[in-house]
Amino acid sequence: MSSAADLATRVTTVEIDGRALEARPGETILALAQRHGIAIPHLCHKDGLRPAGNCRACVVEIGGERALAASCCRSAQPGQKINTTTDRVKRSQRMVLELLATDAPAQAHTRQSELSQWCEALGVTSSRFDVHEPPPADTSHPAIAVQLDACIQCMRCVRACREEQVNDVIAIAGSGADTRISFDFDDPMGQSTCVGCGECVQACPTGALTPANGAALVEADREVDSVCPYCGVGCQLTYRVKDEKIIEVVGRDGPANQGRLCVKGRYGFDYVHHPHRITTPLIRREGVPKTLDGFDPGKPFAIFREATWDEALKLAGRGLREVRDSMGPNALAGFGSAKGSNEEAYLFQKLVRTGFGTNNVDHCTRLCHASSVTALLEGIGSGAVSNPVADVADADVIVIVGANPTVNHPVAATFIKNAVKDGRTLIVVDPRRTEISRHAQQVLQFMPGSDVALFNAMLHTIIDEGLHDERFITERTTHFEEIRDNVAQCSPEKMSAICGIPADEIRLAARTYAKAKNAIILWGMGVSQHVHGTDNARCLIALALITGHIGRPGNGLHPLRGQNNVQGASDAGLIPMMFPDYQRVTNGDAKSRFEAAWDATLDAKPGLTVVEIMHAANEGRIQGMYIMGENPAMSDPDLAHARAGLANLKHLVVQDLFLTETAAFADVFLPASGFPEKTGTFTNTDRRVQLGRQALSPPGDARHDLWIIQRMAQELGLPWQEREVSAVYEEMRSVMPSITGVAWSRLEANEPMIYPVADERDMGERVMFSEHFPLPGDKARLVPAQVSPANELPDRQYPMVLMTGRQLEHWHTGSMTRRAAVLDAIEPEAVVSVHAADLRDIGAQPGDTIRLHTRRGSIHATARIDASLQPGQLFMAFCYTEAAANLLTNPALDPFAKIPELKFCAARIAPAGELATGFASSHANQHATP
Amino acid sequence: MSGERVIEIHAAAPARRRTRAQAKGRQPADDAIAHVRELLGDAPRRRDLLIEHLHRLNDAQGCLRDDMLVALAHEMRLSMAEVYEVASFYHHFDIVKDGAAEPAAVTVRVCNSLSCAMAGSEELKASIVRALSARSDVRVIDAPCIGRCDSAPAAVVGTHCLGHAQVHDVVAAVDDRHVKATEPQGIGFEAYVAQGGYRLLDELRGGQRAIDSVIAALSDAGLRGLGGAGFPAGRKWSIVRAQPAPRLIAVNIDEGEPGTFKDRVYLERDPHRFIEGALVAAHCIDASAIYLYLRDEYAGCRAMLERELALLRAARPELPAIHLRRGAGAYICGEESALTESLEGKRGWPRLRPPYVAEVGLFGRPTLEHNMETLHWVREIVERGTAWFKQHGRNGRSGLRSFSLSGRVKKPGVHLAPAGISVRELIDEYGGGMLDGHTLYGYFPGGASGGMLPASLADVPLDFDTLQAHGCFIGSAAVVVFSQHDSARQLALNAMEFFEHESCGQCTPCREGTQRAVELMKQPTWNRPLLEELSAVMMDASICGLGQAAPNPLLCAMKYFPQEFSHE
Repeated sequence: MSSAADLATRVTTVEIDGRALEARPGETILALAQRHGIAIPHLCHKDGLRPAGNCRACVVEIGGERALAASCCRSAQPGQKINTTTDRVKRSQRMVLELLATDAPAQAHTRQSELSQWCEALGVTSSRFDVHEPPPADTSHPAIAVQLDACIQCMRCVRACREEQVNDVIAIAGSGADTRISFDFDDPMGQSTCVGCGECVQACPTGALTPANGAALVEADREVDSVCPYCGVGCQLTYRVKDEKIIEVVGRDGPANQGRLCVKGRYGFDYVHHPHRITTPLIRREGVPKTLDGFDPGKPFAIFREATWDEALKLAGRGLREVRDSMGPNALAGFGSAKGSNEEAYLFQKLVRTGFGTNNVDHCTRLCHASSVTALLEGIGSGAVSNPVADVADADVIVIVGANPTVNHPVAATFIKNAVKDGRTLIVVDPRRTEISRHAQQVLQFMPGSDVALFNAMLHTIIDEGLHDERFITERTTHFEEIRDNVAQCSPEKMSAICGIPADEIRLAARTYAKAKNAIILWGMGVSQHVHGTDNARCLIALALITGHIGRPGNGLHPLRGQNNVQGASDAGLIPMMFPDYQRVTNGDAKSRFEAAWDATLDAKPGLTVVEIMHAANEGRIQGMYIMGENPAMSDPDLAHARAGLANLKHLVVQDLFLTETAAFADVFLPASGFPEKTGTFTNTDRRVQLGRQALSPPGDARHDLWIIQRMAQELGLPWQEREVSAVYEEMRSVMPSITGVAWSRLEANEPMIYPVADERDMGERVMFSEHFPLPGDKARLVPAQVSPANELPDRQYPMVLMTGRQLEHWHTGSMTRRAAVLDAIEPEAVVSVHAADLRDIGAQPGDTIRLHTRRGSIHATARIDASLQPGQLFMAFCYTEAAANLLTNPALDPFAKIPELKFCAARIAPAGELATGFASSHANQHATP
Repeated sequence: MSGERVIEIHAAAPARRRTRAQAKGRQPADDAIAHVRELLGDAPRRRDLLIEHLHRLNDAQGCLRDDMLVALAHEMRLSMAEVYEVASFYHHFDIVKDGAAEPAAVTVRVCNSLSCAMAGSEELKASIVRALSARSDVRVIDAPCIGRCDSAPAAVVGTHCLGHAQVHDVVAAVDDRHVKATEPQGIGFEAYVAQGGYRLLDELRGGQRAIDSVIAALSDAGLRGLGGAGFPAGRKWSIVRAQPAPRLIAVNIDEGEPGTFKDRVYLERDPHRFIEGALVAAHCIDASAIYLYLRDEYAGCRAMLERELALLRAARPELPAIHLRRGAGAYICGEESALTESLEGKRGWPRLRPPYVAEVGLFGRPTLEHNMETLHWVREIVERGTAWFKQHGRNGRSGLRSFSLSGRVKKPGVHLAPAGISVRELIDEYGGGMLDGHTLYGYFPGGASGGMLPASLADVPLDFDTLQAHGCFIGSAAVVVFSQHDSARQLALNAMEFFEHESCGQCTPCREGTQRAVELMKQPTWNRPLLEELSAVMMDASICGLGQAAPNPLLCAMKYFPQEFSHE
């Protein structure tokens, strides 16, 4: 460290325009000059991108050199005499600008063309050259306008696309005068493999690439720094607001994204302005049946009537009180949301626990990583990630299991791809050959559901070949013998027959991982959403523990969190068996502490989980529910059953932005605030607490969720005051040791902290478990897992395997993203991914509407052939209301974590025949059961 | 922008549209993948072989069909962008997209560079086009210098070269489908060994001769890089040798400077001589592999080299691997860092220096890069001694120089002459004098990029370092002689058109500058102040030698041939 510090303080003295300046080590002449207020024109240079040095606008004269030098890619050397103002330098700089400006469009495409700005600064007002014929505009992409008349071939978009995001779509094609930006094969951008991340737009200095909505020409009324409302990566962004509408989202240099965004974060912002938005409280009309038949989220008054807040809140509270008072607290349940803030999650669970008097509070973490968390708490004593995603840069080997990060965590995926381009080894373990596999050294495309067999064979290889870390195992873990004995029979040869991966491949992967100096495992719901999800996670934990790949930078376990605040919501206690900070409700001490803090009597019995609550609703054991921002009528498995449960409730209060499928069953609907309409804290997948700031006012009479929760609490008889978000946060902090040091003021100052944060000077613990595990004896516990099959195996009637998940453009149940114009335009309708051979087998063509059946239901969707699948596999996202994949899924639960097996059920496909060819008929048919 | 202009924010996305039947963008088709696999066989799918693989496809189908390129990207696990930007960079790849017509079965290329232009290539091409106008199986296109300046005008049918090309010869070759290059019959492996070849290498490898003595010999002899830059060879070896291993060697046989054909002639005559030179270098600097980069136009030489390298490999399996790589029609790849990029399977875009190729070169390794001819002389200098080499020389210079002499002389060809010889001496003593009816008007001393000199400077010694004062350089020693029947102004335009065609497109001064210079030079009256300003910026601010040297002929035309501009 000292040598690095020495290096950082060593300075080089150079002379620029006669001034002696001290350059930092490796500092470029351009950076040095900029730091001292010396303006040098530059176009191809952009901080954060590799220097290209090809525009030549930044040339300067270096004493003793024949030609001029590009100051953006030359580091200052001791004793250099540099001139930035000589006639020779200015002549070149001006000529370069004049050459580039000649063909620039007369009417700019952006209000901030760097070319225009430098031309103005250097007095280049006209060109002595003839204007060339401009290339035609390309408006094929819904999000991005391509107008290459403004292109100066600076390569910033190419570097953004290829080296930063590694989406590898933009090329610099041709040569000489024909040199041009190209998407794939000079294809229209909208027909290319472009994933719409918009990094190229953010990089473009001249408006050749701009937002398709024209925002580049508009001066915003205000800009508000916030974070992204979608996945768990936690990208920081800036909203540009004009006339009370968001017109553009720009990536901000946050610790998790370094200015990068994906298509959802950058272009999925306009859902808050969608006409479906509900802006007044609603009360269900008398006698309207609770069903989704004929449901139209754009026609709320078919089901509801408008109400005042007073009336709606009174009715909402009264209905819940009546159930509580007549049936007891455990007849009530609440679903909070991983999309809400920490403060909302905290108050919501507190309301359920103290106002309802039950622990029946849960949220969609149950459907995502419940099994991962269960295994992690059991094995290493903490349910969160051990290392942030960025640690992939410190790893030598990166293993991705059952995760599709380019789709579900796109910005995290960029850092993984960067690391691989930098020489790291990537191993992808997935039944699907996902996009990131292209970058992998090894891909294990195993049979769905055979995870434990594969992992046990890897454990077997490591132990059998003596690649395990005896010292780590002895000093830091317990129960190694159980693992060793358990996997003794799981030779790669034997397991190969189950998982479909040749034994040599299993051995190779095991050796690569075990022998690596530093190795990290990232996983997703391909691991967790199984009846053996907890066992799957146990195996991954065991892999890390027996090899000592945990507790150091670049070594660890990272379950990629799916929603922006699924980590924070769980931390805040929005789960039925834990109080905030994972204090078990069965722990008497914890219970007493929270009873004192909250001045209430708490239930010592763990509450029901998401799927269990739906069962209870069907059975009449749960009769009242308060659902904030969740959409179980789309996200739960076996939707026919879940929806029947919702319909069966005596009283349902739904708080949301839109009439979701769940809201269709509500008695009272409370119109809430969208992400950009409120301030609150959010905890990303790295355990990083960040502040989302309000950019807009909620429309109409829609209200902040925090206000609604507090008013609901009052209706339930709790003596709560209406408090600001910062006050709620500080209360939460007082009961959560993990964030003791994360003061509100530090969040406002945008300090990059990763909890646990001990005090207000601490920056937190980036890498956990370096010395001990928070378990008895400070040791991790190894837990063996038995090979067991999926709950519902393919058979003659249902010969295929259906896996569900998400698509790049649509998030969760689609309630937000399908109302974002760009995202909807890119993925407008329900698709099912099928292997070409399977489609041929049923005599259908790609693009045909086909029927999917399982034992629980059938839907119609457009068939899309997908080379990442193996024959016999189907994949479908669960965001499409007109073809809800969860009508098909199996509600069988993992016995430990109660997570349903959303990644595996037996299915079959058939041509749609005459039954359905369009949206309406498929929508109408969604309740049909075979 | 005016202050009052109101910009409307409009909906970003068009109306709801139907979804895709496949993943985003072009997808590989099974049959195309199978075809690509068949064509690639068991060749490794490494990224640095991309250009080689593109050649396989292009050779097999006469073009690069988009479906095949998608499949190739899939097979090599590259993105389409990575494949397309390389394929579209090189002039010899014909990309055919979206069902467009494939190019004609036979391509006739007519060289249009300096010597061929003087020899009437424009009329030749017009005549060929007329003669073949009725046929759809053939296309006729211009080609930049193909290294046949000694038999101008030259044309190529397929890969079959015709010197002193006549319309009827070209038509006959098309008719007979004589489209394959003829393999030159140089000194083969056995003959070379019989004449004492590879003895020097064996002595070095056997320890009978010291590495330092070889490097010292090169330094004593004053052997300099003969590709044009003239860097002392011995010093280069010492520099690379001091870099951390593994080290590599790259041999530049991408001879493309208009007027230059010396490498081809030596290669055709005695291929093992430079190979031994390269192996000697590999031994001296302890290089692990040698990469030969041969221009695609030398198809006959390629076939011969493939054969000779196979013989060498079979006979001497212990020697470092020698990889033969094929260019694809890009003059810029003769620039050492562009060549390095091309050897890595990428676009031939010169790298920004520092770092230099000697430190960070091919695959990021320290690389000794040499023009082929430089290595050609290694054996002879060591065997015959530095005194032998140094005894040559004229006008105060020493050593030997291989002049590619072409243009209006009686005996064009590669002439090994004393360094420092003047052009007048070269023409009279080696070139057989000027062609009848032609008197010396001016000459290019070093190909198109070396500038032009008038007859009044016909006595200047031709060597490294002697021409700078006149705004010229000797470069690859390609002397193109022109006469009173030629126009310096026209030749300068020809040179600039060549540079415009061959600019890689990377930096603004060269990409835009060569285009703008051509536009200005095509005007009836040259805007001389603007051309001078543009030239100065190209020379000052371009990344590599191409852009920096491109203005030389135009500046020389204005400086030394003012009579051609006197009416302006």
